[in-house]
Amino acid sequence: MVEFALPKNSKVTTGKTWPVPPGASETREFKIYRWNPDDGKNPRIDTYFVDTNECGPMVLDGLIWIKNHIDPSLTFRRSCREGVCGSCAMNIDGQNTLACTRSMHDVKDGAVKVNPLPHQPVVKDLVPDLTNFYAQYASIEPWLKTSSPTPQKEWRQSHEDREKLDGLYECILCACCSTSCPSYWWNSERFLGPAALLQATRWVNDSRDEATGERLDNLEDPFRLYRCHTIMNCAKACPKGLNPSEAIAELKLKLVERQI
Amino acid sequence: MTAKTERPLSPHLQIYRLTLTMAMSVLHRATGIALYVGTLLLAWWLIAAAEGPNAYSHVQAFTSSFLGRLIVFGYTWALVHHLLSGIRHFVWDLGYGFKANEREALTWGALLGGIGLTVLLWMIAYAIGGGR
Repeated sequence: MVEFALPKNSKVTTGKTWPVPPGASETREFKIYRWNPDDGKNPRIDTYFVDTNECGPMVLDGLIWIKNHIDPSLTFRRSCREGVCGSCAMNIDGQNTLACTRSMHDVKDGAVKVNPLPHQPVVKDLVPDLTNFYAQYASIEPWLKTSSPTPQKEWRQSHEDREKLDGLYECILCACCSTSCPSYWWNSERFLGPAALLQATRWVNDSRDEATGERLDNLEDPFRLYRCHTIMNCAKACPKGLNPSEAIAELKLKLVERQI
Repeated sequence: MTAKTERPLSPHLQIYRLTLTMAMSVLHRATGIALYVGTLLLAWWLIAAAEGPNAYSHVQAFTSSFLGRLIVFGYTWALVHHLLSGIRHFVWDLGYGFKANEREALTWGALLGGIGLTVLLWMIAYAIGGGR
């Protein structure tokens, strides 16, 4: 459903401004979305000041610094700190990206604004509930499906066929793209979203897979695939430089081609 | 078991930095809706032309008023913009123009082209005496 305003319990209020750390000569202001499931209050924006001389350059470094030195209750996901795991996906300065690969110095003037991935239920602070996102990924059956007998060794693939997976297999499922998509915001329960569709393309393109027709059948739906209106926010958001909108166009083309 | 807390929805439109392609998507739909109204206007004009000089003069009076001109100008723009933006979608649907620079060029092209072509059309219309 298209609902532009936030529900009553989700309206964001002004929170606490934490004091500038004593002795810091250079600081950067962070404005961070906070929501505590235990206090019954609405979400709020807290303001922090990070000592940039004591802290690494990335937004994630800033968040960890705040957690270590100012406010241990600040909650966020992180793991690899090098853009491989996709855990620290969040909205920074109005764009979805990974906190670990986004430099706080690239955020131009003013505070570094940090919000959870957009239009998702919030578990706590910057941690969104991605249950629906993962369920949609599972729904495209992201595994090799075959009917011919399993070969003695591996399923073979030519170099050319392997290249058809480039730009698709690199996806780390961070959800930056899907949660940047207005179409996904309004129809997340029926539209699969850019990430799941990019993965669908990855399996449709796989020369070893023998369920291509069945996969395309499942996508031929006014909502699951065709809610994509080529808004392109996904391609702009992807921290791995992939292009879900191009992958989706490929799927749409394949659906037309098989009818001729 | 603890009571289930109602989870808030994270902010979306409120915080997302507006992108050109995002704005153009909204504009494409808005001009599409405006075309319905414009088509009614066109139908009114054609019906009046078939009806006779009296009915036709009513349409003429409306379209030569300031408000009428503004609406017809808006209709021209909506039509041209929707057309160019539609061609842009057509290119994408054929699988081209997805690189970042191509994407932005196509989008700027449709936006500026729509404005430019509308102004040009009106200049031609006035030059050949359509304003009288």
